[in-house]
Amino acid sequence: MKYKAMSLGVALALAVPLAWGEASVEEYRAALADKDANPGLLTIDKGEILFKEKRGPKNASLEKCDFGLGAGKIKGAYAQMPRYFKDTNRVQDVESRLVTCMVKLQGFTEAEVKTHVFADQRSNEGNTDLEALTAYVAYQSNGMEINPPLKHPMEKETLSLGEALFWRRTGPMDFACSTCHAEDGKRIRLQPLLNVLNKKDIQATMGAWPTYRVSHGVVRTMEHRMWDCNWQMRTPDIDYGSPAAVALIAYLTHQASGGVYDLPGMKR
Amino acid sequence: MNIKLIIAAMLAATSMAAHAGKDMQALMDKAIAESFKPGEGQDLSRLKQDETQMLCSTSRNSPSPKDAEALMTREKATIQYPADGKLMGDWKQGEKLVKSGFGMRIGSIEPDPPAKQKGGNGGNCYACHAVDPKEVAAGNMGPSLTGYGKLRGQGEDIAKYTYEKLYNAQAFVACSNMPRLGHNGILKPAQIADITAYLLSSESPVNK
Ligand code: HEC
Ligand code: HEC
Repeated sequence: MKYKAMSLGVALALAVPLAWGEASVEEYRAALADKDANPGLLTIDKGEILFKEKRGPKNASLEKCDFGLGAGKIKGAYAQMPRYFKDTNRVQDVESRLVTCMVKLQGFTEAEVKTHVFADQRSNEGNTDLEALTAYVAYQSNGMEINPPLKHPMEKETLSLGEALFWRRTGPMDFACSTCHAEDGKRIRLQPLLNVLNKKDIQATMGAWPTYRVSHGVVRTMEHRMWDCNWQMRTPDIDYGSPAAVALIAYLTHQASGGVYDLPGMKR
Repeated sequence: MNIKLIIAAMLAATSMAAHAGKDMQALMDKAIAESFKPGEGQDLSRLKQDETQMLCSTSRNSPSPKDAEALMTREKATIQYPADGKLMGDWKQGEKLVKSGFGMRIGSIEPDPPAKQKGGNGGNCYACHAVDPKEVAAGNMGPSLTGYGKLRGQGEDIAKYTYEKLYNAQAFVACSNMPRLGHNGILKPAQIADITAYLLSSESPVNK
């Protein structure tokens, strides 16, 4: 299984420079009919090793990290995030929660953890630790229903905030998320655009993240997608795990609730 | 029902009509202030909304007819014209600007390279419009502009409309998804005149 994923990863990496359209990704998806060949599985393996390894000034693993279901319970945890955490008194997505655990359990500083969160696809860099850890934790919810909780007042507030931010126009292009993601059948050039207001569309989309991005040759996470779309909106860099990023992710996840995680995904 | 109750009910209805109430506005301002990186290569001023962006956000791009009217009047008043007064420039220059999607991307990760920035911004029209029929990689967020000049003519009126539309799309359509290219400083008046010529000129591939 690993060998298959590896050789396919190489084949994909070589093919990347040939302008990727949606059609060619479909071809690869067909060639990949069995999931075992998704190169994202290698990243998940890397994430598992990192998760269980004793690291940081406190020489501890992340196995005691609490993702909302109790310390050390990661099965199904991602499917019920973002959620409110009492110890930090805020709503967190899986990625900001990983940062919390790396600080609290392993003794890293937040700045250390966040110096280089995303792999640089332009230099063919492999996945960063945070990307691999996220892919691993998320994979423990594979096949489960997207079911973020909505009980705590701050979970409700974060959801409303995310929805309002989705419509917030800003910057030199007057863009909001809704400019590109609120109608069926729209494209930017040839790239089909997700319609967040279409239940089926958003369920299939969120169910496939984290996702192996063929054009980047690495697994990407929702925090990266938030950065990427904000970059397209010509804003300054949105900060990893920041209140706005988490609120947007909470809104997208709630829109998708009832869908099913089918991980790791594979996209252009 | 007494009059006070009626007024209260009316007020409640209007405040519900605006999607983002006062509390939400404060929450959003706080989240925005805490969520973007400051410092070199960033530009936090881009997160500050003008009146038009704010209205389009809270009304989810459906302002009341009265607000829409005021918005378009305000945007129309921003339009500036080329120094030489010519609204039709060089269509070949216009073609380059229409094709180029370059410009305005910032941040610490993948900013537009400064060396290239000197060349100036493109109009990014293909992101949203079909223009030259030979270019297949065209988006569909806006209407097709193929054959624009052939269909609309080349008279002074249409040149004026086209120039003004490109300078400030919201002078004609309140809360349009099309960026206010001139008003927001993405394109300069002379460049907009070049694009106007590209859309209208009978020699342009748009009209072949
Ligand atoms: C200018 C248009 C534009 C804006 C504005 C924009 N996006 Fe995107 N978005 C895209 C494009 C293009 C893609 C990638 C499509 C592809 O690669 O095929 C994308 C992809 C996505 C995806 C992943 C879709 C998938 O199929 O996996 C999500 C989620 C998303 N955007 C959310 C957002 C959010 C939230 C915002 C606001 C912060 C936003 N976008 C703003 C253009 C935009
Ligand atoms: C983000 C998407 C977007 C971009 C980029 C964009 N437009 Fe548009 N444009 C639209 C939309 C949506 C409309 C329809 C609504 C309206 O009229 O404002 C439109 C309308 C127009 C119209 C009016 C059409 C008519 O029939 O009156 C013209 C002309 C036009 N665009 C030209 C351009 C040109 C030229 C460029 C590049 C310099 C450009 N647009 C860039 C989205 C865009």
